[in-house]
Amino acid sequence: MATARGGDVTIRDLSKSFAIGGRQLAVLRSLDLDIRSGECLVIVGASGSGKTTLLRILAGLERADGGAVAIDGKRIEGVGEERAVIFQEPRLLPWLTVLGNVAFGLEVRGIAKAEAEKRARFYIALVGLAEFSDAYPRQLSGGMAQRVGIARALTVQPEILLLDEPLGALDAMTKISMQEELARIWSEENVTMVMVTHDLEEAIYLADRVLILPREKGGAVRLIDVDLPRPRERSESRFVRYREELLREFGLH
Amino acid sequence: MTLQYIEKTVAIGRHEGRSGTGMEPLRLLTRTSARILSRYGVLVGFLVFWQVAASSGWVNSAVLPPVDTIVAALWKGLIGGSLLGDIAISLQRAGLAFAAAVVVAIPLGLVMGQARAVETALDPILQLFRQTSALALYPVFILLLGLGEASKVFVIFWATLFPLLLNTISGVKEVDPKLIEMARAYGARRLTIFRRVVLPGAVPSIFVGLRLGATTALLLLIASEMIGANKGIGFQVMNAQYNFQIPLMFAAIVILAALGLIANQVLVVLQRRLCRWNVSAS
Repeated sequence: MATARGGDVTIRDLSKSFAIGGRQLAVLRSLDLDIRSGECLVIVGASGSGKTTLLRILAGLERADGGAVAIDGKRIEGVGEERAVIFQEPRLLPWLTVLGNVAFGLEVRGIAKAEAEKRARFYIALVGLAEFSDAYPRQLSGGMAQRVGIARALTVQPEILLLDEPLGALDAMTKISMQEELARIWSEENVTMVMVTHDLEEAIYLADRVLILPREKGGAVRLIDVDLPRPRERSESRFVRYREELLREFGLH
Repeated sequence: MTLQYIEKTVAIGRHEGRSGTGMEPLRLLTRTSARILSRYGVLVGFLVFWQVAASSGWVNSAVLPPVDTIVAALWKGLIGGSLLGDIAISLQRAGLAFAAAVVVAIPLGLVMGQARAVETALDPILQLFRQTSALALYPVFILLLGLGEASKVFVIFWATLFPLLLNTISGVKEVDPKLIEMARAYGARRLTIFRRVVLPGAVPSIFVGLRLGATTALLLLIASEMIGANKGIGFQVMNAQYNFQIPLMFAAIVILAALGLIANQVLVVLQRRLCRWNVSAS
């Protein structure tokens, strides 16, 4: 693997709880985790296991109650330029064209419009939407809109790409082609990828390691190395065995 | 496969609305006249029916004069210049009040839509003012400001303020918080978020307020000119009726209708230019 731009994440003693109906509900309990620079870590877990919360803390959109997250040794406070988030919904600004939306992240970070658009065009082409640069979001299909969201995140050239169930709202066919696209982008862009999903097959297809968050109190966090050559073949017997292993973890097999 | 199919059938904005350019002249003419007929046929029918009914004596032509008599009165008033002074003063009253309402309501609405504390504090009194008819308050404004221009402009301003203010507030509040969070995730600060996400997101709703406001302004213009004025189109409607100059009365009414249509059309064009992205505006 080529050396990545950086993006070693150290998570220590991280905890977070929410007040629900007057009761404190702990979703993360003293989590320790190291994410290696350049790897693809996929987080799975039952709903309520705190996987999205963990990703939002990494993004700086939410504050932890205790513990710390450091990137390349530096403790993070809030959002940062070395990270970019891809949400479950494309979250495109409807009044901007595809080009405007993709350049938005750079412009917000103070890059001049012309330069931002130049870089945006490169990533629009990378996700295969060059012909649609001048289209407005309402003219795009769900899969195309999500690819615009991906291009927007790539354009700021983050060290760490945080993906919150990015393909969760897509139909099955589009989803598979987008998984292939994400795998390609990850290997080409040399970026550390942390992704939340509830699709186990998606996790095995993309992950170097799969992190399984426990749901119940006192349950242990599990990490599974996915040792398969890329590009991966879903029907291959070892792929299927990983899938069975994950299903067992969820008590479904 | 699905994806590719979708991509091929998506239309890009720039290419829309040009379907007529390559057609032969005759077909183009037929299609254009068909479109005009389907759009204005009923209107023309209505005017023809009015004309026939009034000139053939089905209705009392002293009360409902034929269309050509009204047009003649209108022509005389406009070309002769007797109505121009009334139009000017009416436009001045409504324009001044509308502009003042825009200047006050939009900035205030943008703040109120974002600052919960300000909105909570101002909402009850706004609801009270809004539910109190501006016309009921007109005598109060006359007592405070006299029977001159100030009270007229103020009552129009007052009534126009609320649709503008309330639509601006709801426009700001209805901006998708997920878009705001997206901007925040890319490091946007409050002012950038306001400028690049909240403001453009609120524009369609602000335009709803502007169009409602324009209608309200014209309504209150007429009412205030009917109650205490010696000039203005609203005054002319009333005055012509007193003096039994019925064609002149209808001419003034036609001018009022035209003003409303023009104001609305100007706002529609402006909205289309500013909100090309918005489906409901196109």
